[in-house]
Amino acid sequence: MPREMMFAEGIAVAITEEMQRDANVVFYGQNMAMTDRDPFVRKFGKDRVRITPISETAELGIAVGAAMMGLRPIVELYMAEFMLVAFDEVINEAPRLRYMSGGQVKVPTVFKAGFGFAAGWAGQHSNCTYGAMMGIPGLKIAVPSNAADAYGLMKSAIRDDNPVVYLHHYMLMLDKCPVPEGDYLVPFGVADIKRAGTDVTIVATAWMVKKALAAAEILAKQGISAEVIDPRTLSPLDTKTIVKSVEKTGRLVCVDQAPRHASAAVVIAGEVAENGFKYLKAPVKLVTAMDTSVPYSEPMESYVLPNEEKIVAAAESVMAKRVAAD
Amino acid sequence: MPSSSQLSRDRLIWMYTQMCRIREFEERVKRTFVEHPGVIRGHAHLGDGAEASIVGCLATRQENDLVMPSYRCHGYPLVLGTPARALMAEIYQRRDGVCKGFGGSMHLADPTHHFPTASGIIGQGIAHAAGAAYAAQVKKTKQVVYSFFGDGSSKQGAFFETLNMAAVWKLPVVFVLENNGYQAYTKADLEDANAQAGEPLSMKAKAFSIPGVTVDGTNPLKVYDVVSTAVERARAGEGPSLIESKFYRMSPHGNAITVPPVPTQFQEHEAIEVYGNKAEFEAAKNNDPITKFRAHLIASGCFADPDAKKIEDTVRAEMEDVVKFALASQLPSGSDAVNYVWA
Repeated sequence: MPREMMFAEGIAVAITEEMQRDANVVFYGQNMAMTDRDPFVRKFGKDRVRITPISETAELGIAVGAAMMGLRPIVELYMAEFMLVAFDEVINEAPRLRYMSGGQVKVPTVFKAGFGFAAGWAGQHSNCTYGAMMGIPGLKIAVPSNAADAYGLMKSAIRDDNPVVYLHHYMLMLDKCPVPEGDYLVPFGVADIKRAGTDVTIVATAWMVKKALAAAEILAKQGISAEVIDPRTLSPLDTKTIVKSVEKTGRLVCVDQAPRHASAAVVIAGEVAENGFKYLKAPVKLVTAMDTSVPYSEPMESYVLPNEEKIVAAAESVMAKRVAAD
Repeated sequence: MPSSSQLSRDRLIWMYTQMCRIREFEERVKRTFVEHPGVIRGHAHLGDGAEASIVGCLATRQENDLVMPSYRCHGYPLVLGTPARALMAEIYQRRDGVCKGFGGSMHLADPTHHFPTASGIIGQGIAHAAGAAYAAQVKKTKQVVYSFFGDGSSKQGAFFETLNMAAVWKLPVVFVLENNGYQAYTKADLEDANAQAGEPLSMKAKAFSIPGVTVDGTNPLKVYDVVSTAVERARAGEGPSLIESKFYRMSPHGNAITVPPVPTQFQEHEAIEVYGNKAEFEAAKNNDPITKFRAHLIASGCFADPDAKKIEDTVRAEMEDVVKFALASQLPSGSDAVNYVWA
């Protein structure tokens, strides 16, 4: 019997279960484990669950060092932007050390952070930064869009022998869905077809999956059958499932909350251009954030971000178009 | 050396008035979450409890000196002369806001009133302040830069890197470490080596061979004296100082973090909410910097109780008008968002 869980709960339960399973898993970060009443402190003690200062370079660098010595640290970063002040550890240390050592060491860490908080957090706390991490060999990126994936991807992230950036979208934290019973792991590099369809493929991640599914409902009423695909991990990226879907539909809309050239959408479009060009009946369409920082005031924030209407319009436009050769 | 004992009656009354303005402004921000839900989005951080520290520092300023606070930034521009209407309008997302609705509570800025910017990311503004001081040094403007940041920031690389460089370059900057007891939700002695050892945070200055002083940040006159010394040193080209100003943040870190459409408000202080320490919070309330300064000014014959009441009434009326103005101001239109990406 599946259990109904909130997204945030899925993450917490996965971490708890993995900490029970493996004594090498440690968990620390800012503003957590503040008192002995903290549930993680109560279960696992203060060696394995710790509070840190606001010192991201040390938090992430200590995780890298501890991971090389056999621990499996999970660092709670709260906001993905807080990783940016320690980006050397994320981009240039954790993923490089195994390679540079000729395979002698491994760095099994999870850098856990929320992102994309489109709720008036303005320019420095609402961003989607995965675009800057996607091209880094040795670094995995998980981006769940529902509680089941949040749970299963966290379990896989903790057991993975590589550094994983685990990004959970703030706007989804209270969303509920059934989570399969037992030791449910979501494998990395396997996209999920969230809704099957035949006319147009919509690829989206995290909060944008919810928007894409809402758009698919609207499109269905217009007689357009949209297939919604969630890659679930951006690195590794399951290009195969996406191309296979495009082979069926002949049309692709990539939705992303990041600005165009910082988006995963632009990478996915590139992959389809190379590997699925012959299937395309219309040019690929990207629905991304506009090329601005995220503004504070609500009307401006809504204006720059993708939404259902923009996705519907993009799908309609690829349905109407034909490539020149067709 | 300027001394608080030489401050004129008018100046002392100005200081009291500014302290009251900060408190009332912050109270109105906090009330907005209850009275007008949704008008303030994101995260807002209040400076109630910091009034004596802010005003004691800024009372030492000369005309063109610059101020660079952290994201807890409402109080400073109020003292610098930014119209309170424009500050509240910004926090209310309005086009009449000081940043036209682009920045919000954490990212106020008013360069025309000597407040270049505030960073929403912990500690990063410390380096920006040193940069402003570098510009003052190169351009020989004789300006001093006041860098304000919390105790939490002093565990950032930006803090250590900047203080070292500012010391080496003898930059005209005064670093004010506002120790309000909590790094966000975390008590300082859980995350600060000096606090854990029972030593003042100002001893971090030793690592950079610069003066480090701890002052009672609930007393604006003591703050004034200590900061005056640091400002003189900075202006004389002798380099930066680190001042730990100790006071208590009277409100929690910020409004509760919720996922829309769940409404957000200010909850109980962390002392109670997280640590169950009501006594600590009550003690802080009994050590309110505004109440104390008011009593001091009455006792020293600066003003009488009715004079103080008159000031408080005027301030209340000002902030009532500010809220009305900000509520009536228009929201920006969505397409305004494409502006200001590029210079």
